[in-house]
Amino acid sequence: MREIRELLVKKINELLENGTVNRVIGWKAGDFCYDVTPAVYTKEDNLCDFLFDGFCGANQSKYLINETKEEGKVLVLLKPCDSYSFNQLIKEHRIDKEKVYALGIPCSGMLDINKMKEQGITGILNITEDGDKVKAETLYGTKECDRKDVLLERCLCCKGSKHVAYDELLVPEAEEKELGGADRFSKVAELEAMTPQERFDFWRTELSKCIRCNACRNVCPACSCRTCVFDNAASGVAAKVNADTFEENMFHIIRAWHVAGRCTDCGECSRVCPQNIPLQLLNRKFIKDMNELYGEFQAGEDSETKGPLTAFTKEDAEPGIIYTRGGDR
Amino acid sequence: MQVNEVEEKKEFTPLIVAFCCNWCSYAGADLAGSNRLNYPANIKIIRVPCSCRVNPLFILRAFQRGADGVILCGCHPGDCHYTTGNYYARRRMTTLFSMLDYLGIEKERTRVEWVSAAEGVKFAQTMNEFAEAITKLGENRKLRDLRCEK
Amino acid sequence: MQRIGVFVCWCGSNIAATVDVAAVAEALKNEPGVVFATDYQYMCSASGQEIIKDAIKEHNLTGVVICSCSPRMHEVTFRRTVEAAGLNPYMLEIANIREQCSWIHKDKAEGTEKAIILGRTAIAKVHLNAPLTAQESPVVKRALVIGGGIAGIQTALDIADAGFEVDIVEKNPTIGGKMAQLDKTFPTLDCAACILTPKMVDAGANEKIGLYTYCEVDKVEGFVGNFKVTIRQKPRYVDATKCTGCGECTTKCPSKKNPNEFNMGLDNRPAIYIPFAQAVPKLATIDPDDCIYMKTGKCGLCSKVCTAGAINYEQKEEFITKEYGAIVVATGYNQIKPTEFEEYGYNNYPDVVTSLEFERLMNAAGPTKGHLLRPSDGKPPKKIVFVQCVGSRGQSCRDKSYCSKICCMYTAKHAMLVKDHYPDVEVTVFYIDVRTPGKNFDEFYRRAVEEFGVHYVKGMVGKVSEEDGVLKVQASDLLANEQIHMDADMVVLAAAIEPNESARSLATMLTASMDTNDFFTEAHAKLRPVESPTAGVFLSGTCQGPKDIPETVSQASAAAAKVIGLLAKDHLLCNPCVSHSNELLCNGCSTCANVCPYGAIDYVTKEINDHGVRETRRVAVVNEAVCQGCGACTVTCPSGAMDLKGFANRQIMAEVDAICR
Repeated sequence: MREIRELLVKKINELLENGTVNRVIGWKAGDFCYDVTPAVYTKEDNLCDFLFDGFCGANQSKYLINETKEEGKVLVLLKPCDSYSFNQLIKEHRIDKEKVYALGIPCSGMLDINKMKEQGITGILNITEDGDKVKAETLYGTKECDRKDVLLERCLCCKGSKHVAYDELLVPEAEEKELGGADRFSKVAELEAMTPQERFDFWRTELSKCIRCNACRNVCPACSCRTCVFDNAASGVAAKVNADTFEENMFHIIRAWHVAGRCTDCGECSRVCPQNIPLQLLNRKFIKDMNELYGEFQAGEDSETKGPLTAFTKEDAEPGIIYTRGGDR
Repeated sequence: MQVNEVEEKKEFTPLIVAFCCNWCSYAGADLAGSNRLNYPANIKIIRVPCSCRVNPLFILRAFQRGADGVILCGCHPGDCHYTTGNYYARRRMTTLFSMLDYLGIEKERTRVEWVSAAEGVKFAQTMNEFAEAITKLGENRKLRDLRCEK
Repeated sequence: MQRIGVFVCWCGSNIAATVDVAAVAEALKNEPGVVFATDYQYMCSASGQEIIKDAIKEHNLTGVVICSCSPRMHEVTFRRTVEAAGLNPYMLEIANIREQCSWIHKDKAEGTEKAIILGRTAIAKVHLNAPLTAQESPVVKRALVIGGGIAGIQTALDIADAGFEVDIVEKNPTIGGKMAQLDKTFPTLDCAACILTPKMVDAGANEKIGLYTYCEVDKVEGFVGNFKVTIRQKPRYVDATKCTGCGECTTKCPSKKNPNEFNMGLDNRPAIYIPFAQAVPKLATIDPDDCIYMKTGKCGLCSKVCTAGAINYEQKEEFITKEYGAIVVATGYNQIKPTEFEEYGYNNYPDVVTSLEFERLMNAAGPTKGHLLRPSDGKPPKKIVFVQCVGSRGQSCRDKSYCSKICCMYTAKHAMLVKDHYPDVEVTVFYIDVRTPGKNFDEFYRRAVEEFGVHYVKGMVGKVSEEDGVLKVQASDLLANEQIHMDADMVVLAAAIEPNESARSLATMLTASMDTNDFFTEAHAKLRPVESPTAGVFLSGTCQGPKDIPETVSQASAAAAKVIGLLAKDHLLCNPCVSHSNELLCNGCSTCANVCPYGAIDYVTKEINDHGVRETRRVAVVNEAVCQGCGACTVTCPSGAMDLKGFANRQIMAEVDAICR
């Protein structure tokens, strides 16, 4: 991590110096060391508090929608999985590609602070990664855990070490990286196997926690409408809060539906949800269905292929298929 | 909140919203009418230009406002007046209905049927069957907007 | 707030028998915005319409709801009525209380209750209606015909005859197409050239017709009435304005061993060539792949012998952009090369030929000067076997699933001609079914059997092999239920026909749809057979499906009639119920354009003023003349920027709410 950071700082400085870009979207620490947020640095900022560690999970692609409207080129640092969202946004003409310089950076998995806390590591002062281990200095002494146990959900189903879009790579891509290997649809399949009432109860429990903070929406690179239908008074469905149980459902169904075929499965929605609602399970249900019914599709993999909901074949399954396939009878 | 407890069984007439495309299914409904083919009065038709005009929001809205079932009717695949509309509708509704099912909403409450302008009989039959299925399912309590309850 | 008038029709007893119309009118009076409600025996009658007009004026109505029969019946009538009273015709909604209420319900209370709900649903919608005005778009009074075969020629001649300019784009050096290659035509056996070449000459001489031969369509922009088409002129290396078509160059050209496309490769042509004697335009063309000068820089003989000085080795391709009001697709067909059907030996034996090759072998202008001679040794054949349905009506991946339609008739023609010219030759035809619907067609087939003694065998050929220069045909006779082994000097394969290979990319350019076989789809299989679903694009000939010449010509003229009908208009009135994009909400993401079947959505980068905040960005713009109002874009748009006039999101949701109230 430290070597990458040094290489990164060197490369960023070089690109700032030679005028390729006039600013960079990087990361900086928040109130806590694990509370890393994206931040924009210009040449004058000297990258003084620029940070790159295991908590730089945030997908920066979405920031480019606004950043590319500013003067000059902006440097974006893309982990392999971020490049999918980047590509998808290019496909949707949301990013002016001419105003971005995309630097592909390597990634060996990012950490999930919630998982560390679940392991009883609290009062954290500082965290360092050491090979397979993660060490935390805490108010209660030094604690240690296995890195693989505290990886972000998305890293468990890692898309691989290849970037699907970039201008330059910081280091050559690893030939074959050991992928996450976890079946990203296992939890979806588990839910599908339940009875409708069990599923209903599961989702009622989860979705009733929603406080409509819109964090899922704001972080999502696909959910990037200038004005969301739920914010648009003229849409007829605007609602600032969930007035009732129906609206808790409705917001999340429609949100998942609006990004279906565009969602790269980055999992930021689940990561940022302050109520820990497994929102990614909604998106993954759509992805799973579409993969099964219309063929494998990975949003953002290229910037040409039409998404499954904006394409069709004459032989597509009839909607009746959902009455007869899988899950409960 | 337990929502599927068996309530006292009184006469239940479901409320059903049918979205019909102007060129095939709405005409099919008209034909059912001219042929005096009976189907329940609790089915109300909304005319849309094409099945691809039906937004999931409309379907959710109907459930929110108390509909017990929603059915979408369009031209048979390959016969769309706009060539491709029902192909899009087919994918959209398949995925949406699957999602509703995933959330535990009874999947029988939603349906897509292709009814041509010549299929008055099929239209009436489809509506009768759907109404019967919804009646069996009972009231839509899982999705109803609580504000609508008097 | 709208001021709405409600008019409940009895439709005699059709509605009044099961719906208490007075009660419906009374109940709907209480709906918000309703300032007037009444019922009448026949709303569509002259006096009924007067009631509506009077009420609009008297009560200053801004919206009208008519509870009556289906809008498919009288929506147009009532729109005219409200318009006559000064209201925008789109401020009207109809509640269908006949077909969808009174006729299907028996119980009066139930019918009345439903009628009230349908009425209030229409009222809820009218509240959100806005006046709509149909846009007008001008019509460029010129047509483009793509393809210069008999279909394209006939369409162009008919359009020109009506006084409109028309251009033909033909990818080959001459017009004429497949028909120019045919010998005789069924069922009259007149010579194809004799009836085609006068039409070719007419097309070439008609001052309303522009010929763009050796050209291809490169780009199509625009929409019905206003297409902008870029045509790519391939270099002939011959100056078309100077060449006199004398043919001197073609006789002197030393590169003579190039397969002659016109004769299906059965003989050779020089590198500089005129496809055939009656070519229109009669111009020489150099094939750069065959030309010695073009390949080595040495030769230049044609340039030396050309007294007109027309040869220009430096010619480059050119692009011509023109505007058209209508486009006719007449791209025709090709016969498949039956190379995948190894059982017939087409790849191995020169005496196994396709029917189109056979056509050239019978033709007086063909490689054998009309004498039927075997390609292998130039001897006259004594036994000929015809095999039908080669590659047609099959299920495997090498087959076409459809019937190629023309083969039964031309095979009967070939058989008959052979027997007519060479009575001693034995002719056997293997068939699955003989299909001869058409005027004088079955009579023609029966003549072949009864008068000329052609031997028809129901069954397919399983294998063709060769022994000592004789073809051995193995076949089954399904009626006699036996295997047949017979000798043949020639085998003629009625290979399937398929759409021209250029059709697919053209369909994409035109946003015209195709079926799985790459035939163009018609707007309606029965009622609009020569129009494509894309407005302003018409279909002529075999690009739409297999057809014989009489059918092709009928369809060509029909397409011309449709084009003339379009070009005769100065303006097109568009459907006002079209999509429109709210620039303030539009993300410019192009998702809507992905699902638009008409290519009606464009994107522009422009300055948007969002409540004082100015920003230059990409937004969708709907071309209202092209949009047909299906609404596919409105649902695919996540932000709700795309909405459909007349069927807006809010309107449909208001209907849902009213029904579920």
